[in-house]
Amino acid sequence: MTGEQILHRLRDRFGAAIVDTHEFRGDTTAVVERTALADALRFCRDEPALAFDMLTDLTAADYLKFPGREDGPRFEVVYQLTSLPHNHRLRVKVRVDEDDPVVPTAVPLWPIANWLEREVWDMFGVRFAGHPDPRRLLMYEQFVGHPLRKDYPINRRQPLIGPKT
Amino acid sequence: MSQPTTREFMLGEGSGTGSGQTLQVGVGPAHPAMHGIIRIVTELDGEFIRSADVEIGYLHRAFEKDCEVAGYNNAIPYTDRLNYVSPLINNFAYASAVEKLLGIDVTERCKFIRTAMAEISRICDHLTCVGASAMELGAFTVFLYMIKAREFLWELVEDVTGARLTISYGRVGGVKADLPEEFATKVGAAFKQTREVLDEVHRLLTGNRIFMDRMVGVGALSREETIAYAITGPLLRAVGVAYDVRRAHPHWAYDRVEFEIPTQSAGDNYARYLVRMAEMEQSMRIAEQALALMPGGPVNVDFEGRPIDPAAYVDQGKQGKTEGLLLLPIRLSPNLQGQNRAALERVNADDKRVVLPPKETAYGSIEGLMNHFMLIMEGYGIRPPRGEAYFASEGANGELGFYVISDGSERPYRVRCRPPCLPPVAALHRMIEGEQLADLIPTFGSVNMIGGELDR
Repeated sequence: MTGEQILHRLRDRFGAAIVDTHEFRGDTTAVVERTALADALRFCRDEPALAFDMLTDLTAADYLKFPGREDGPRFEVVYQLTSLPHNHRLRVKVRVDEDDPVVPTAVPLWPIANWLEREVWDMFGVRFAGHPDPRRLLMYEQFVGHPLRKDYPINRRQPLIGPKT
Repeated sequence: MSQPTTREFMLGEGSGTGSGQTLQVGVGPAHPAMHGIIRIVTELDGEFIRSADVEIGYLHRAFEKDCEVAGYNNAIPYTDRLNYVSPLINNFAYASAVEKLLGIDVTERCKFIRTAMAEISRICDHLTCVGASAMELGAFTVFLYMIKAREFLWELVEDVTGARLTISYGRVGGVKADLPEEFATKVGAAFKQTREVLDEVHRLLTGNRIFMDRMVGVGALSREETIAYAITGPLLRAVGVAYDVRRAHPHWAYDRVEFEIPTQSAGDNYARYLVRMAEMEQSMRIAEQALALMPGGPVNVDFEGRPIDPAAYVDQGKQGKTEGLLLLPIRLSPNLQGQNRAALERVNADDKRVVLPPKETAYGSIEGLMNHFMLIMEGYGIRPPRGEAYFASEGANGELGFYVISDGSERPYRVRCRPPCLPPVAALHRMIEGEQLADLIPTFGSVNMIGGELDR
């Protein structure tokens, strides 16, 4: 399916819950309402015409300092989906506010989401409701803050042993 | 989190006698087979692993954060240090992601160079993986043979990039320099020796009783689970899925070379070994074809006029004697081999907003100098339009993706590396649970965990 057909399919099924769609440089993106995210991801995986059987990547971005988006929802959680049977790709995004950075988990759909969601929690402080094992992935448990947030200074040091700055 | 224990072990604890008592054993991070950067907390019942918890992050160096504080090309040396066994693929994949965001296309010759060099890197990676995991099973000879073969290939890499490991050869819009003279001949000689080594290793390992006993049926993962864990690369092809980013989403020159996608169906360590061995042969085929089809002719073309000394050239430029200076070829220092104007024009995209001008132009004309400064100075540089792009390439371990977001400034707003060896490590506990502790070693070897890329 072409990107336009995939987006058409999603809009047909979810209507206004698809907040925004765009195609840029050949990448197809759909921005989904948080309340519809779990259903939309399940639809993407289970609908035979879409059949996105692989969650290639799950990450997030902090739009705190992005020109023109300083006031909007701060975080975007990004799902890169790949379909092996159809060889097409889709990027699904969901926007979440800083006050309530919670997204439903995708672990029941794709087990790889377990580690990827732990990394997003670790790096951005976005929580995943229903995650079976919500620990940090890369940093240590004693670490304070979320290093990939735009307001985390790059030169802050938090060594486990030795002098702190 | 497991609590450290100081008590004495109870008689019969973890003896596998069905007493129901289990013993917790932490493997790594100091265990040599864990590469010093992975900790696996295993719960043992006798020799059998009942459950395992894999902990990563010991080599986290904030790659993604570091990318956000400097220009687009400044991230190239960091990408060397992701998968440090095949850094060329990382370089090119990152550069291609930024090119996709910019909407520019590189030259034909550059595409073929990227293809050939990426395949040489892939062979290095597979040689290291197979050799090291064979060594961990006691086959030290295989390790030495394969490292010898890798040495031949690293000499090729050194010839092209000037370095062996941290090569920083990719550039947004092209590559650092053109290939050296007679490169295809050198590749032919190195491949001949590599093929001999592969033949030898086949005779040593494939069908070897000890090797088969440790590998066949060990560490297997089902096809459904492999896909659900988003595992790509040799591990996906070992369960019979002929998915390869080079074929599925052709980039660089992969649509113009012939190659096969080797697959196996068992999905165990032995199948992964066979896939990797077959892939090395395919990679050599691709590299040979890419070098044979490479457009642009020889590196040194005839110029009018005699090559002059670079110092004298710069002097003339400083004195304002720039009349005709741009037409003169100069003799560059060996450090800049392959970077004269004609060579760079062949390999770099024709876009002044992205590619640094050749040194002759930078020193020989005010326009070139300004162009150089506009790309290098603080506050200037490559400025992709606002937007985002995801570019996937086939790394040695699977799909290597870069997701780059631009806010229109000269620094990337966000760079995300999709590490190909994270999914198999995330699924590692599924491969080792229920098997013996000793099987952990070959399974972990077949996953080919590369810490730089796993922890970033």
